[in-house]
Amino acid sequence: MNFQIPDVMPALPEIFILSMACIILVTDLFLNKTNRGATYMLSQATLVIAVLITVASFSTSPMLTFSDTFVRDGIGDVLKIAIYTATFTVFLYARDYLKDRGLFKGEFYVLGLFAVLGMMILISAHNFLTIYLGLELLSLSLYALVAMHRDSAIASEAAMKYFVLGAIASGMLLYGMSMIYGVTGSLDLATISQQAAQLSDKLVLVFGIVFLLIGIAFKLGAVPFHMWVPDVYHGAPTAVTLFIGSAPKLAAFAMLMRLLIDGLGSVIAQWQDILILLILMSLAVGNIVAIAQVNIKRMLAYSTISHIGFLMLGVVTGTQAGVSASMFYTIAYTLMSLGSFGMIILLSRKGFEAEKLEDFKGLNERSPWYAFLMLVLMFSMAGVPPFLGFWAKLSVLQEVVAVDMVWLAVASVVFSIIGAFYYLRVIKIMYFDKPEATEPVGCSRDMSVLISLNAIFVLMIGLFPDSLLSLCLKVVSAS
Amino acid sequence: MFMDWPLLSLVIWTPIVGGMLVLATGSDKNAVEAKVLTLVVAIATFLISLPLYTEFNTQLASMQFVENISWIERFKINYHLGVDGISMPLILLTTFTTMLVVLAGWEVIKTRVAQYMAAFLIMEGLMIGVFAALDAAVFYVFWEAMLIPMFIVIGIWGGPRRVYATIKFFLYTFFGSVFMLIALLYLAVKSGSFEILDFHTFKLGIEAQILIFIAFLLAFAVKVPMFPVHTWLPDAHVEAPTGGSVILAAIMLKLGAYGFLRFSLPITPDASGILDWLMISLSLIAVVYIGFVALAQQDMKKLIAYSSISHMGFVTLGFFIIFAIARKDANMSGAVMGIEGGIVQMISHGFISGAMFLCVGVMYDRMHSRQIADYGGVVNTMPVFAAFMVLFSMANAGLPGTSGFVGEFMVILSAFKANFWFAFLAAITLIVGAAYTLWMVKRVLFGDVANDKVAALTDINLREALILSVLAVAVLFFGLYPAPLLEVMEPSVENLLQHVMQSKL
Repeated sequence: MNFQIPDVMPALPEIFILSMACIILVTDLFLNKTNRGATYMLSQATLVIAVLITVASFSTSPMLTFSDTFVRDGIGDVLKIAIYTATFTVFLYARDYLKDRGLFKGEFYVLGLFAVLGMMILISAHNFLTIYLGLELLSLSLYALVAMHRDSAIASEAAMKYFVLGAIASGMLLYGMSMIYGVTGSLDLATISQQAAQLSDKLVLVFGIVFLLIGIAFKLGAVPFHMWVPDVYHGAPTAVTLFIGSAPKLAAFAMLMRLLIDGLGSVIAQWQDILILLILMSLAVGNIVAIAQVNIKRMLAYSTISHIGFLMLGVVTGTQAGVSASMFYTIAYTLMSLGSFGMIILLSRKGFEAEKLEDFKGLNERSPWYAFLMLVLMFSMAGVPPFLGFWAKLSVLQEVVAVDMVWLAVASVVFSIIGAFYYLRVIKIMYFDKPEATEPVGCSRDMSVLISLNAIFVLMIGLFPDSLLSLCLKVVSAS
Repeated sequence: MFMDWPLLSLVIWTPIVGGMLVLATGSDKNAVEAKVLTLVVAIATFLISLPLYTEFNTQLASMQFVENISWIERFKINYHLGVDGISMPLILLTTFTTMLVVLAGWEVIKTRVAQYMAAFLIMEGLMIGVFAALDAAVFYVFWEAMLIPMFIVIGIWGGPRRVYATIKFFLYTFFGSVFMLIALLYLAVKSGSFEILDFHTFKLGIEAQILIFIAFLLAFAVKVPMFPVHTWLPDAHVEAPTGGSVILAAIMLKLGAYGFLRFSLPITPDASGILDWLMISLSLIAVVYIGFVALAQQDMKKLIAYSSISHMGFVTLGFFIIFAIARKDANMSGAVMGIEGGIVQMISHGFISGAMFLCVGVMYDRMHSRQIADYGGVVNTMPVFAAFMVLFSMANAGLPGTSGFVGEFMVILSAFKANFWFAFLAAITLIVGAAYTLWMVKRVLFGDVANDKVAALTDINLREALILSVLAVAVLFFGLYPAPLLEVMEPSVENLLQHVMQSKL
């Protein structure tokens, strides 16, 4: 038998993160409470170096390796860099929060890095098995992270729900994959795409697609498979919610794109209508139910659901331009989500969780600068120009209109008007209400700088969105 | 000498950057610095905007002071600015009014002064951006962004029901605009760019035109506002601080009317022609019915708000009467007069409604009441003020010699060319308008001194007198000599009409 050592170079970032995660796991054993900061610094350094490695070996043309199960391409690289950056931001925002609550443990960082690794594998997957592998690594790390606050009943409940529903979703996904394997005879995405197009009887394929979509919808949190989202967002420690709400969305987008466009792009007619239904329900439920929330974490959870609906709008077109619009949307959403959850962490203090909407009351009088940052983030989420969120919405809507689905674009904007209300309510609470708390608002200097940068990016990319938009289009067209 | 300068960019960005600087002055300890800086920026912006008029070539119908650089290549969006005879006067109106609004808030606003002042400066830049944009995406960005400062202004410094009013204001406008966004995206996808001037010549089928027209109508009708989507306006006006009401009435409402001229009429001329009955009926309902509603108001600000809706009805009537005229005879002079009358009415209403809200503001600052019933005999204690208010009320009622007369008269004249009954109905308002305005004046200013509070009133100070007299000069000037205004807009209006009368089918 002729055994060849595969080319490992395309997977260099993954190998680096894996090695570092193991090193940090071991190193942390020898650290005591006082010098746990080393774990934090090491994790951050890992992410920074990972950015450098990925940038240094950046190439837009796809490279396949490991018997074509793994692909390195421009889309993946851009998404990975976004994931490192998002995770870096999460670790920084979360540090003081975790310290105040006795959760500042090595596990947070190790699990975080393993989740990052899972996302990277998911992004680079070119085979059903790789997708499943990456997805499970990501999900299991997240289940454990949610449960990290083990004395908190609500966190344990959230972790349990997340785990059980996540496991069911994985089962559905696998079932769908097995059916598609059955009719196409392959696990390789490119082969599946070819074979699926030639099938004369598509019945089993359609069944497979339905199960596959259920699995994807579960992982993305699209209605009607969204039940876990608000509970997990609410129950998890805010630092973990911050993580779940940001970087994994990039990976989820990649999974959606790999499966539906790379794998099943040739049979778009079989899944387009189902996806449209998921989109409309997500937009409706996400936006309408968010209005009734008093807990800001739950509100943002429902807002996530509606953003997932918008995000899928680009993919539903099936065009390259549409996928690039979705990719832009995902990156934009990650940036906004980081900022908003970051603000919740910022307002929380030792022994106090700023989880209720009313905790934002009169923020403008307590700290005009932070109130302004939150205003930028909320208007951006609502899709009001000139902020980033507007261009994200505009780009997906434009692609939807370009494939003559004007009615879908109209339906989406109608729901976004409903959505505008609850973002406006946050601004109303910050600007028009009198403050109840008088404690000064503040945080460590590095967090203050980063969260300011975070919101300013939302504004600046909103004013000059061209480079990011063009980059997304370039990498999607090249693959 | 100014032709080479990026004048429009300067007029847009000076106040926005200035507003940021004002925000940086921080807390109310530096309130005086914030106010002085704001006034300096506002005056500077006004001065920068003057060359737009002095250097304007009144012979040309094309866009002037054009700036065009690529902004977002991915979508072929250009930062494309330019003005013609229709938008240029509106930009001057904006810079002029903002100056007065800053002065009007000088002593009245006591909390978070820097934020208040900055909001108006930023709003000024954004509104000018809407008038100057020649790229649909740029237009939309300014159009929506403008809501943010107004939302904040009403919400923070407004009256007791400010939160309700401001959220209603925001959502109503947002509701209308998103449909326009879809229409613009559709046009952009089909024509390949976001250039408004390309949209003007882009051929469209009648079904697409009607849908696009309706999408535009939703956006602009909310803004104007037209019956039946006008209900946000009385709430927003009543709750807004004086400065907010002035900007709303004087400029924001004009944006909707401007949208009809820049988008609806030239982009969807056939749909506009087919649906002109709808527009004329809605305009006449606004003119007549809302006029009667105004008659019944107890609150001065509400009364002026309803009178604004009624007056804006003249504007839309003037714009959409042209098809009825064109169907009757080939001579377009009546149609030109209709559109010009509408535009004159926009400008004049900017001055008059602004002045009326300022007058109410002057009284409100002293009495903290807007109820007509709380007043009476103000002329005895505030004679100078009463003189101003009577002048503006006369202008509001459309008295010849004031600018209010010119626009309304032109629109009514052109309505006669279309249909006697349109003109008749429109002319009825001159009576109703006179009735509600003068009746309010009678109850508020004249008669015996109503109560001790009125007896204790002090007359306007120098600052207030300055603001009101500047406006009074403007109202009288354009009333007696509207020629400069008409001269500027004539080629542009004729050019617009040529576009509109050419079928796109």
